[in-house]
Amino acid sequence: MANFEPKIVGFLCNWCTYAGADLAGTSRMQYPPNIRPIRVMCSGSVDSAYVLRALLEGADGVFIGGCHPGDCHYVSGNYKERRRITVLKSILKTLGLDDNRVWIRWVSASEGKRYADTISEMTSHLKKLGPNPISKYWSL
Amino acid sequence: MTKEVVIEVKNGKVKEAINSFLKGLLEKNLVSALLVSREVPSKDNVVQSLVTNSHGLKEANVIAPVLPVNSARIISEMTRLSPHKSPVGIVLRSCEIRALIELVKLKQASLDNLLIIGVDCLGTYSVSDYQGLCKQGDSPLDELLRKFKEENEDAKLREACRVCEYAIPSNADLVVGLIGVDFEKNILLESRTEKGEGILEKFSFPKFNQSKEREESVSKYIDEKIAKRDALFSQTKKEVGNWENLLSVFSTCISCHNCMRVCPICYCRECFFKSPTFEFDSEKYLGWAKRKGSIKMPKDTILFHLGRMSHMATSCVGCGVCEGACPSNIPLLRIFKTVGHNVQQIFKYVPGRDLEEPLPLTTFKEDELQGVGEE
Repeated sequence: MANFEPKIVGFLCNWCTYAGADLAGTSRMQYPPNIRPIRVMCSGSVDSAYVLRALLEGADGVFIGGCHPGDCHYVSGNYKERRRITVLKSILKTLGLDDNRVWIRWVSASEGKRYADTISEMTSHLKKLGPNPISKYWSL
Repeated sequence: MTKEVVIEVKNGKVKEAINSFLKGLLEKNLVSALLVSREVPSKDNVVQSLVTNSHGLKEANVIAPVLPVNSARIISEMTRLSPHKSPVGIVLRSCEIRALIELVKLKQASLDNLLIIGVDCLGTYSVSDYQGLCKQGDSPLDELLRKFKEENEDAKLREACRVCEYAIPSNADLVVGLIGVDFEKNILLESRTEKGEGILEKFSFPKFNQSKEREESVSKYIDEKIAKRDALFSQTKKEVGNWENLLSVFSTCISCHNCMRVCPICYCRECFFKSPTFEFDSEKYLGWAKRKGSIKMPKDTILFHLGRMSHMATSCVGCGVCEGACPSNIPLLRIFKTVGHNVQQIFKYVPGRDLEEPLPLTTFKEDELQGVGEE
C-alpha cells in the first residue's frame, strides 16, 4: 500500500474555495495532486447523489469546499449543504459504511494556504484509510 | 377541544358501527364526499373510493387491516392543483396522515376543507396475506380484532406495523379509538380540533367514560412497539454493516423503481434517477466494464437506493409500502426506517408531527453541526 495515491473528487464553490485553490496555485504553494476539482456555482448545489456517485465509482474521497458560514454568495447555500452532508454521513454511518471519506470544509478566496493544508491533510488521511473498498465489487 | 363520545357496536360489528357514523356525516350534509377504503366485489382486497352517497358506504371497511397504497398520495393527487371547495372527509391511518402532513409541507397537497378522521391502527397484512386469509374464509378484520383482544400479536402482520409506534393518529380532526376500548360493545370517537368538535355536536352520542383505561392501554401498547422497533434497529445495523452485506441485500434490485413510485414522500414528477443524467452512450458502459473487469446491469441500483434515501429519509414515515411494492422482496422497510430514524434524530424532527415544523433540508440554523465542517 506504500504507493497508494488516493483519488479525491472535489466540488469547489466558485466564489470561495475555487478562488482559494486558484490562490494556492498562483502563490506556488505545494500540495498533493490527488484532488480532481469540479467547479460548482455553490456548495449548496452539490446534491448527495453526486457525492454518492463519486464514491460508488471508486473515488477514495469526496471533498466539498464552500464559503465560511455567513459568507455564502447566495446567503445560505453552505448552511444547507452542511445539513445535506450531515444527512449523507448519517446514512453512511447507519449502514456501516465509512463516512470519513466525505469532507466538507470552508475555505475562503483569500485562504490559499488553508486550501493547500486541507488537501494535504485529507490526502494523508485517505492514505491511512487505504483504497475505497467499493472498488472491489462489481455488483453495484 | 377534546371531546370523547362512544359509538355503540351492535353484535360485535365494529366495521358497521364506524360505517353508521360515516353515513351520518353524508346524510347530515356535514361532508360532500368521503374518501374511504372499500371492499372490492371479490371481497379479498380494499381500494380507496370517493363516496358521495350513503349507498356507497355499504362495502366500506375503513379498518380493513391492509394497506395497498398510502392514501396520502391519493389526497395529493386530488388537492395538488386546487384545494377542495366543500368539506371532504377522509379516513386515514396514522402513517397516511403523517405522510399527508409531509406532502403539505412539500406543497403537494392541501388540507383545506378536509375533515381528517384518523383510525387507531392495529396493524396491516400484506396484500397477498390479506387475500390468503379471505380465501380461507376468515375475515382478516375479525381475526385481527380477536387476536388483539387476546394480546396475541399476529406474526403475519407487516414488519412496518409490528414495529410502528404510531398506532394512534395525530393531526386528525376526529379519531376512532379501538385500543384500550371494549370494542365489542363500544368504540371511541374523539374530537381533536374545533372542526371535529363541531361535527360531534351534530350527533348525540353518549359520553366516553373510560379515558383513563384507554390512556394506560395506549401507553403500554406504544412502549411495547418502541421496544420492538429498537430491536429491529439493532438487528438491521448488524445485517447491513458493510458494503458487502449492503450490496447483497440490494443485489436482486431490478431497477423497477416501484418503491419510489409508491412512496408517499417521493413526489418528484421526474425522479432524478430516471432523468437523462443517467442515460449514457454505449461506449460509456464498455469503458466502465473494462475499467473494473465487469459491472452489474442494470447499473446504478445501489446509487438509486442510497440517493433516494438521502432525498427522503428526513421525511420517511415508515409506512413500508415500498417493501410491499418490491417484486424482489428487498427488506426496504427496516433499512429505510433505521436510516430515517437516525437522520431525523439529528434534527429532532418527527415527520408528520407538526405542520409548522419546517422540513430539515429546507432550513438551517447558523450555530449548528459545527463539527461537520471543522473536524
